Amino acid sequence: MGKHSGFMEYPRKTVPYRDPAERLGDFNEIFTEPVEKRLKRQGARCMDCGVPFCQADTGCPIDNLIPEWNDLVYRGRWQEALDSLHKTNNFPEFTGRTCPAPCEGACVLGITDPPVTIKNIENAIIDRGFAEGWVRHGRLQQKSGKKVAIVGSGPTGLAAADQLNKAGHEVTIYEREDRIGGLLMYGIPNMKLDKAVVDRRVDLMREAGISFHANMDVGKNLDPDELRNGCDALLLATGATNPRDLQVPGRDLPGVHFAMDFLTENTRSLLESNLQDDSFINAKDQDVIVIGGGDTGADCIGTALRHGCKSLVNLELLDQPPTERATDNPWPDWPMIFRTEYAHEEAITRFGNDPRSYSMLSKSLSADNDGCIAALHTVGIEWKGDSGVQEMIEIEGTEQIWKADLVFLAMGFLGPEDYLAEALGVALDPQSNYQAEHGNFQTSVSGVFAAGDCRRGQSLVVWAINEGRGAARAIDQYLTGTSRLTAPGVTMDTAVG
Amino acid sequence: MTLSHNIAPGGGFPPAHGLYSPDQERDSCGVGFIAHIKGRSSHQIILDAEHLLCRMDHRGARGSDANSGDGAGILTALPHAFLARVAQDDLGTELPNPGEFAAGVVFLPTDESEKDKCKQTMARICAEEGQLLIGWRIVPTRPDEADLGATAKAAAPQIEQVFIAAGDGLAGDAFERKLYLIRKRASHLLRSDPEMEQAKAFYVCSLSTKVLIYKGMLTPGQLMTFFPDLRQKDYETHLAMVHSRFSTNTFPSWDRAQPNRFMSHNGEINTLRGNINWMTARQGVVQSDLFGDSMQGLFPVVEPDCSDSGVFDNALEFLLMTGRTLQESVMMMIPEAWQKNELMPNDKRAFYEFHSCVMEPWDGPASIAFTDGHYIGAVLDRNGLRPSRYYLTHDDRVIMASEVGVLPLEPEIVKFKGRLEPGRMFLIDFVAGRLVPDEELKQEFAGREPYGDWLKSERISLKELLPEPRALGLDQESLLLRMQAFGYTVETMQFMLQPLIEQLRDPVGSMGNDSALACLSDKPRMLYDYFKQLFAQVTNPPIDSIREEIIMSLECYIGPEPNLLETNRKHAHRLRIRHPILTNEELAAIKHMDHRGWRSKTIDITFDRGAIPGGMAQALDRICHETEEAIDEGYSIVVLSDREIGENRVPISTLAACGAVHHHLVKRAKRTRIGLVVESGEAREVHHHCLLIGYGADAINPYLAFEALWRARLDGSLDETVHSDERSVVSAYRKGVAKGMLKVMAKMGISTLQSYKGAQIFEAVGLADEVIDRCFVGTPSRLQGVRLEVLEQEALRRHALGYPTVEQSRQDALPNPGEFHWRSAGERHAWDPIAIASLQTAARTDDKTAYEQFAEQVNGVARSNCTLRGLLRFRTESGEAVALEEVELASEIVKRFCTGAMSFGSISAEAHESLAVALNRIGGRSNTGEGGEDPERFKLLPSGDSRRSSIKQVASGRFGVTIWYLTNADELQIKMAQGAKPGEGGELPGRKVDEIIARIRYSTPGVGLISPPPHHDIYSIEDLAQLIHDLKNANPAARISVKLVSEVGVGTIAAGVAKAHADHILISGDSGGTGASPLTSIKHAGLPWELGIAETHQTLVLNDLRSRVVLQTDGGLQTGRDVVIAALLGAEEMGFSTGPLIAMGCIMMRKCHLNTCPVGIATQDPVLRKKFSGAPEHVVNYLFMVAEEARQLMAKLGFRRMEDMIGRVDVLETQDAINHWKVDGLDLTPVLVPAVKLHPDVDTRCTMAQDHGLEKALDKKLIELSRDAIHHGKKVTIELPILNINRTVGAMLSNEVVKVWGERALPIDTIHIKFEGSAGQSFGAFLAKGITLELEGDSNDYVGKGLSGGRLIIYPPRTSTFIPEENVIIGNVALYGATGGRAFFRGRAAERFCVRNSGARAVVEGVGDHACEYMTGGRAVILGPTGLNFAAGMSGGVAYVWDPEKNFEPRCNKGTVDLEHIEDDEDIVELRELIELHKQYTDSNVAQQILESWPDVLEEFIKVMPTDYKRVLGDRKKHDEEMESTIHEDETAQSIAVEG
Repeated sequence: MGKHSGFMEYPRKTVPYRDPAERLGDFNEIFTEPVEKRLKRQGARCMDCGVPFCQADTGCPIDNLIPEWNDLVYRGRWQEALDSLHKTNNFPEFTGRTCPAPCEGACVLGITDPPVTIKNIENAIIDRGFAEGWVRHGRLQQKSGKKVAIVGSGPTGLAAADQLNKAGHEVTIYEREDRIGGLLMYGIPNMKLDKAVVDRRVDLMREAGISFHANMDVGKNLDPDELRNGCDALLLATGATNPRDLQVPGRDLPGVHFAMDFLTENTRSLLESNLQDDSFINAKDQDVIVIGGGDTGADCIGTALRHGCKSLVNLELLDQPPTERATDNPWPDWPMIFRTEYAHEEAITRFGNDPRSYSMLSKSLSADNDGCIAALHTVGIEWKGDSGVQEMIEIEGTEQIWKADLVFLAMGFLGPEDYLAEALGVALDPQSNYQAEHGNFQTSVSGVFAAGDCRRGQSLVVWAINEGRGAARAIDQYLTGTSRLTAPGVTMDTAVG
Repeated sequence: MTLSHNIAPGGGFPPAHGLYSPDQERDSCGVGFIAHIKGRSSHQIILDAEHLLCRMDHRGARGSDANSGDGAGILTALPHAFLARVAQDDLGTELPNPGEFAAGVVFLPTDESEKDKCKQTMARICAEEGQLLIGWRIVPTRPDEADLGATAKAAAPQIEQVFIAAGDGLAGDAFERKLYLIRKRASHLLRSDPEMEQAKAFYVCSLSTKVLIYKGMLTPGQLMTFFPDLRQKDYETHLAMVHSRFSTNTFPSWDRAQPNRFMSHNGEINTLRGNINWMTARQGVVQSDLFGDSMQGLFPVVEPDCSDSGVFDNALEFLLMTGRTLQESVMMMIPEAWQKNELMPNDKRAFYEFHSCVMEPWDGPASIAFTDGHYIGAVLDRNGLRPSRYYLTHDDRVIMASEVGVLPLEPEIVKFKGRLEPGRMFLIDFVAGRLVPDEELKQEFAGREPYGDWLKSERISLKELLPEPRALGLDQESLLLRMQAFGYTVETMQFMLQPLIEQLRDPVGSMGNDSALACLSDKPRMLYDYFKQLFAQVTNPPIDSIREEIIMSLECYIGPEPNLLETNRKHAHRLRIRHPILTNEELAAIKHMDHRGWRSKTIDITFDRGAIPGGMAQALDRICHETEEAIDEGYSIVVLSDREIGENRVPISTLAACGAVHHHLVKRAKRTRIGLVVESGEAREVHHHCLLIGYGADAINPYLAFEALWRARLDGSLDETVHSDERSVVSAYRKGVAKGMLKVMAKMGISTLQSYKGAQIFEAVGLADEVIDRCFVGTPSRLQGVRLEVLEQEALRRHALGYPTVEQSRQDALPNPGEFHWRSAGERHAWDPIAIASLQTAARTDDKTAYEQFAEQVNGVARSNCTLRGLLRFRTESGEAVALEEVELASEIVKRFCTGAMSFGSISAEAHESLAVALNRIGGRSNTGEGGEDPERFKLLPSGDSRRSSIKQVASGRFGVTIWYLTNADELQIKMAQGAKPGEGGELPGRKVDEIIARIRYSTPGVGLISPPPHHDIYSIEDLAQLIHDLKNANPAARISVKLVSEVGVGTIAAGVAKAHADHILISGDSGGTGASPLTSIKHAGLPWELGIAETHQTLVLNDLRSRVVLQTDGGLQTGRDVVIAALLGAEEMGFSTGPLIAMGCIMMRKCHLNTCPVGIATQDPVLRKKFSGAPEHVVNYLFMVAEEARQLMAKLGFRRMEDMIGRVDVLETQDAINHWKVDGLDLTPVLVPAVKLHPDVDTRCTMAQDHGLEKALDKKLIELSRDAIHHGKKVTIELPILNINRTVGAMLSNEVVKVWGERALPIDTIHIKFEGSAGQSFGAFLAKGITLELEGDSNDYVGKGLSGGRLIIYPPRTSTFIPEENVIIGNVALYGATGGRAFFRGRAAERFCVRNSGARAVVEGVGDHACEYMTGGRAVILGPTGLNFAAGMSGGVAYVWDPEKNFEPRCNKGTVDLEHIEDDEDIVELRELIELHKQYTDSNVAQQILESWPDVLEEFIKVMPTDYKRVLGDRKKHDEEMESTIHEDETAQSIAVEG
C-alpha cells in the first residue's frame, strides 16, 4: 500500500492557508484549494504501518481508517477513499477543518520525521466528495417505529442522529439557538468552518428524514418531562457550555466578556447581516486582551483581528511549551509543543510580534474614570513541583499592567449548565458532567442517555462524533435489544448483539 | 500415575495422553542387503549381513535404556536344510518339499490362553482355506546373553515359528496368495479381538514359501545372539536383508521392527493419510479373479497400528498378491519424476503417466529395499533423498546399504561401486543370476502394453471440451455484496490477491503473526483460518519447489477410476487437469459436459437463511446424499457450487462441503468413482486452495477471486500494461497460485499434487470432534472447540455483511478486520499500540510504572482471548506463597533468557550488536541468526562489552559457518524450522547484500542469496544425529541445540532429537517473527508454543528423555507471566525477539522485507540506519523487568527457584470466566495434564549430560599425533586405517588447531594424514586450513561438509580392478556449505555435490543430480558425466564441466546461469592448474588424458557462469578499470605538475 519509499522521497507539505494579510480582510475560510498532486505525494508518505498508531488510543478517536484512505488518495481513487472515510466518520468536513489531528501526533513517521498530513487529506476527500456529488443521504424505507429525541445539535447530537436515523428510528433534534449546529455553528468562527458547510450537512440530514427544531431550549421553553414522555429514548448532547470564570476584582466591569459570547454574536451577525447590524461585540480600534491559550482563545484573536483591533495580547497561565517533545511526553502521546496557529500568525502579520505571553496570572482589572475597563494587572508566575502536583508561585517584581478595552475569557468550560439535569433528575459526576459511562451512555434515568462534552467534559469535535456514534449504538440496543450499527470499537463484522 | 503396566508383550505404546499421541511416531534408519547374484546359498551371507548391520549401528537409536534398541531385523531366504532339521528335532515332522510349505515367525501373546486362542484361530483359518497347519515351533531366544534392555524384555512377545503345508495341490503364487489370505484374516480377527488383553501382540512377521524374517526390539548387535537360529551353520541363504531402526520415541514395539514382509524402508511417507484414504476408497471398486469372493477377507488392505513403512508394505503386498509383479508395483508406488524430465524416453513416460491414472505416488524420502525371494532390489524416491550405495564383486555378490564400508572386502575383489539414483531401480534376478539394469528393466515394463496409445485414445483433456459459451463473467452489480458475504476484506485485496498476481507468487510479509487464533476471535473467521499447515522437520526434508522444480507437478487425472487390479486402456479414460485452478470457461465446459460417456452434475452448497439453527448440518447431509446419488446415476463428475448465494441462500464453507463429501464417499468406498470439482466464491488464497485439495477436491474454480481482480483491473488498481484483459488476470492468478501451492506442498516434502490430494497435511485448532468427524476425518484437533452451530453462525454473520437483514447496516466498502495490520476496532493483536508505546517508555526510562502498564495491557489482551495462555490462570489459592525476598534474584532469572535468531542481514549491524551486548551483559544469550558473524565481534570492546553472539546458528544456508565461527560459540543451534515459515528456506535479495554482509557470508556483494528449505545434510532423523555429532566434534565445549517448531507430533520428534544426542531443544511457536516470508506461512503454518512445549515436555518425560535435554521455548513471549507459564508447561529457558526489538525502537511496521524500516532496525539502508535510537540498556531494562514480574508471580505461587517450576502444570487451570461465543467448547485439559513418568526416578528437567561418545572418536588419536603441529606449527605426517564407523574425522582436530592458531589456522599441509579404508560420514567436515586428509579407499556422505580451508584427496585403492572414473567414490552432499579449501576426488560423487559451496575448489570425475545447487563461490571442476538439475539456484562461483559427449546442456538448470566456452586466459590457467593438481594428488587417468590433449580439449569444456555473478564481476571490473584510469590520470596530472 502507498509507496514504500514515499516517506524517504517527499517532505511533509501541508495545504497552505491563504496569505494572512489577505485573509484578515474577511471571514471566509482560511484554507486554500489543495493541489491534487501534492496530496497524492502526502498520501504516498504514509507508510501503511503494521501498527498504525494514527488510529490507536492516542490517535484518532473514531478509528478513521487512515492508512487506507491515504493509499486510495495516493492512487487517485477518491470515491473509494470517501467510502472508507464514511465508514467511521459521519462528518469528515468538520473534523477535516477543525480537528487538531491527534492522528498526526501519533503518526509513526513522526518518530523521526514530520508526520503525514492526514487532516489535509481527510478534508480533501470530503470536499471532493461534495464537489462530485458523491455525498448523499438516502431516506430509509424500513422504519423501526421508535422515536428518539436529542437535545443539542452539536457534533455529538448530529452524529447520533445520523446513526440512529440509519437504524430506522424517528429522530428529532432540539436546539436552543436559532441555528442548528451547536458549537459547529457558533463556537467555531466562520474562517475555520464556513457555516454553509454546516448547513449543507444539516440539510442532507433533514432530507434523510431527521427533524430539527431550533429555538427550543429544553428546560426553559420546552418541558423536559413532556419531551421524555413523547419519545422512546432521549439523548442529552448539550455540550459543556458553562464557562470557567475569572475570579478577580474588576471582573464585573463592562468590556469583560466570555469568549463564547464574543464568538457567537459575531457569527450570528455575520450570517444575518455580514456584520452590518451592530449586534455584536466589536473589537475595532480596541485594545484587546484574550485570557486563555487554547483554541477558543485563538479564535477570539482571529476574530478581533478581523474587526481591526488596535492591539492584542494573549495571556496564558501555564508555561510556554517546549518546541520539541519533552522526555515525559513521548511519542505517540499528543505532543505538547509550542505551535503557531492561524490566529497567531495573523497577529504577527498585523503587529509584527507574537501576542502570547506565558506564565501570567491575572490579578485584577481596573477601570478608567468612566467606569470602563482600562487595564489588566498580572503577575508572572513559576510552576514548581513534580509532574503530579504543581504549585503556582508568584514571582515578585514581575507585576505588569496591560492596557485593555476588551477582555475575553477563554479559560475553558466546567461542564453543562445545570437546569436540564435538575429538571430530568439526571445525576452528575464529580466534575459536574452528566453521569454516564462511555459505552452504554445511560444516565441515572432510564431511557435518558448523555454523550459528548456534557458527559466527558470539554473536548474535541472528533470526540463528540465518537460519543455520538457510540450513544447511537447504545440507544439502538436499548430500543431493539440488538444493534447492527457500527461505532468506535465496533465494526460491521462484530456489530451484532 | 504410571503406565508401566501398559508395556504389553509385542507392543506397548502408551495410549494417547495429554498432548502425546502414539500416531505421531516417526522412524528412519539404516537399511542394507547382501546377496549372491547367482542365487547360491551359504551361511556366510548371514554372517556378512550381521557385520553389515552392526556397522550401521549409528544409524539406529536407543532409548533412555541403552540396551533397548529401536528395532533390528533380518530377512533371508527360507533355509530349507535348517528348517527340515529343526522341524524334525522339535516337532518330529518331516517338512514337505521346498515350495510346498511355508514357514513364518509369529509373535504371540505371552498369556497362555490367549496364545492358544491365536494358534487355534490360525489353525481354523488354515483349515477353512484348505491348507494344513503342520505345527508350531518355539523359536529359541537368548535375552540375557544378548543383554536385552529391560523395556525390550518387558515387551517381548512369545516368538514361535509356524509351518503350513500346501493343500489342494496348490503351489507357487497360488499358495502364496492363500497364505496371504490366511494371514490377513487371522490378523484382522485377532489383533482387534476385544477379549484379548494382548491382542496387539499377535503379529506375523512373515509367512511365505520363500522368505523368513527374524526381527524385534533389538539393537543390531543383539540380533544374532538373541536368535540363535541365525547362528546355525546350516542356516543358509542366498540373500539377507537387514534393517536398523531409529524411532522418534522409546516405546517398545516389536512388530514395528523391520524388515517388513516384502520390504525395508529408510525414510518417511509424507502422503500417508491420503494414500490410506485412497486405498480404502478403492476397496469399493477392486475385483480380482485370483481371489474372487474371498477378496473381502483381505480388507482392510491397510492395517491399523502400522508405521508408514508397514502401510506401504501392506499396499505393496496387496498389489503383488493380486497379480502385479514386485517391480511394477514398486514403480507404480514410487514413480520417477517423469512429468518434467525431457530426457525420458516416450514409452517410459507413457508407462508412468498411465500408472498415474491408476494410483497416486507414495511420496516422501525413501530408500526401499524389496524382495520376494526371486528378485531383490532397491529403489530411491524421485528426489534421491536417502543414500544407497552398492558394491558388486568378482565372486558374484552384491552388497547394498545406506553406507559403504559396512563389509570388509579386499579391494581387488570389488568389480563395481555404484549408487542408487533418484527414482531408479536396482534389481537382481536370482533365477537369471544377474543384475538387471534400470534402463532395461523399465524399458521392458514400458513395452508390455501400448500405454502411449491408450493414453492418446482414452484420456479426456479440457481442451477438447472447449469452447463453452455459457461461461459466467463479471457481474459488477452484485459483486460487492457477494464479496462481503464471502468474507472478502480490504486486506484480502491488499495483501493477498493483488500482490499475488503482481508478483506471481504467494505474497510476502514480515514479522510474526500476533493476532488472535480463529477459535478465540470475536470475528466470524473463515473456516480455513482454523487450519494450520503441517510441515516437514527432522524426519523428512522439505523440498525447494523453485530450484528443484523438475520433480514437482500439479498435473492430475480426475474422475472415475476403474479396478485397481487390472491394467487396461480403461484406466486412461480419465480427465487430465494440468492445473487445479479452473477458469470459468473450463468450469462451464465441465458443468455442461456430455462427452465420451462423461456427464457432470452440479450440486448446490447453500442453505436457506431461515432454516436455522441446523440448516447447515442438514444441507451437508443433503449434499453428501446427492453426490452419492450422482455416482449411482452414472455421473463422472460432481460440481459443488455456491453460485446460488443470495438474499436468502447462505453458502456453506466450500471447505466443509468438500471435506464432508470426500469423507462420506471414502467411507462408502465410492470416492474413486467420481471427480470432485468445486465452484467457490469463498476460496481465493493459496492456503484455501491447499486445504480444498488436501481434503479431496480435484479442481477449483475460484470465480469470485477472478471477478474481484477483474473489477480491480477496471478500477485501475492493476498495471494496465501487464493485465490488459481478463484472461491475463486469470493466467497471472493461476501462476501465482501454482507457485504458492507447490511451496506449501514442498514444505511437507511432497512433490506431486496427486499425492497431496486428500493427504490432509493440516492440524485444526479449535474445531470440535463433531466437525472433524463429519468433514475432516483423521485431522488432529487437540483442543476441541467450535461446533457446526458456531460455524453456521459465522456463515450467517458473514452473509449478513453482504445481505443485511436490515438495510441500514449496508456499507459501500469492504470491511477491514485488521488481521494483518492492526486496526482500532479490528482483530486483537498481542502487540497493540498501548503495549508497544508503554514498553518503549519502560525500556528507555527504566520506568516500572510504564512496565506495569505494558504488562497489564499485554496480559490483559492475552486474557481477552488472543492466545492460549490467555485462557490459563494460576492457582494461587493453595496459599503456598513465599516472601518475594526468598525468590531467586532477577539477575539469576535473566540468565535463562535469550534473544531469537535474527540474522545480520535481516536486521542492521547496530540492532544486531546492541542485542548481543545487552545479552552478554546480563549473562543471557544472543543468537547470530543464519548469516554468520563478523570475526571482529569475537574480540572484547575496550568498554569490556562483548558483541559476540553466544549462540551461533547453523541453518540450511550455512552462510559463514566456518570452523572459526563454530569454535567461537557457547551454543550451536541447528535451525530445523522457523516459526514464521517452517519448512521453507529464505532469500536475501541482492540489494541487501552489501560489502560487509557479503564478506561474512562468503558471497559476492549485490548477488542474492538463497537458504534452501532443507539442510541438505538432514533428510531424516539419523542425519540430524550425524550433524549433531559433527558440530559437537567441531566444538566439544558448545552445547548443541536443535530448533523445532510447534506442530502436532513435535514432542515425538523432540524425543527423536533427544535420542540423536541434542543437548538442548528449542520449541518455537507459530507467532515467531521473520524478515520476510509468505503471508500464508506467517498466518497458517505452525502452532502456538504453548501446545508445542507442553507436548514436548510430556512426551520427553514419558520417554524418560527429559533429563538429558534443556528445553527452551519462544515465539511471542512478552511478559513475566508468559515466562512463568512457559516454565510451568516445561521450558527451562525462554527466548524473546520482538520484545527486545520493540524495546530498541521497533514499532511493528512490518516492512522488514522491504528494507524501509523507518527506525533503522530491519534495514541495511545507511540513511535509515542512522535513525536507529536503541541501546543495549533498553533491552537490559526490559528483560530485567520481565524477570521481576516473573519473580512476583513465583512468590505468589510459592516457588523459590525457576527450576522448581519446570513442568508444574498443576498450578495452572483454565480461566473459569471463559464466556465467549466461540471459546466455550475449547478444552485445554490436554495442555494441563501433568507429564506421566514410567517409573518414579524419571526426572522432569535436565539433570544429566548427553553422552556424545567423543572419547571414541578417531580425532582423539589424531590430536595426540598432531601435537607438534598444533602447539608448535611443525609439519606432521600420519598414516592410519579408517572404517565407516569413524565419523566426522578431522573436525575435532580442526577445532584444536584454530583454538591455538585462530582464524588463519596453519600453513597448508602442516598436518598430513593418509587413511586407508572406507571413511564414515562427514569425512573432513569443517577441516581447517593446514590439514590435509588423504584417503585411499572411498567415503560416505557429507565429505568435506563445511570445509574451512583444509585439503581433501580421495582415490580408490591402488589394487582396485575397476575403472575409477566409472565408480562412485564419495556419497551424497559432499562439500555442502564449504567456505574454503581444496578437494580432489578420483571417481564419481553421488547427488548434490558442492551444494551451497562458497569457497572450496574441487575436482571430481562425475556427479549425480543437483550438483552445485545454490553455490555462491569457489570452483567445481567436473571431469565426467553430470546428473540432472545442475547449478539450480547457483548464484556465484564457477563450474567447469568436461562434456565430450555434448549432453550436458539439458541436464543443467539454466534459471540463474549461462553456459559459455572457456576463452578467458585466467579461466584457462585456473582450470589447468586444478586439473594438474588432481593428476598429481590422485593419479587420475582422466586428468592425464585431458592434459595430454590440452589445449584442444578445452573446446569440450563448458563454463557454468551464474548470470548475476557475472554481472557483478563485470561491473566491478569496469569500476576497477575506471578507478585505475582515474588514478592513472591523476598520477599523470601530478607528474606533469611536478615537471611544470
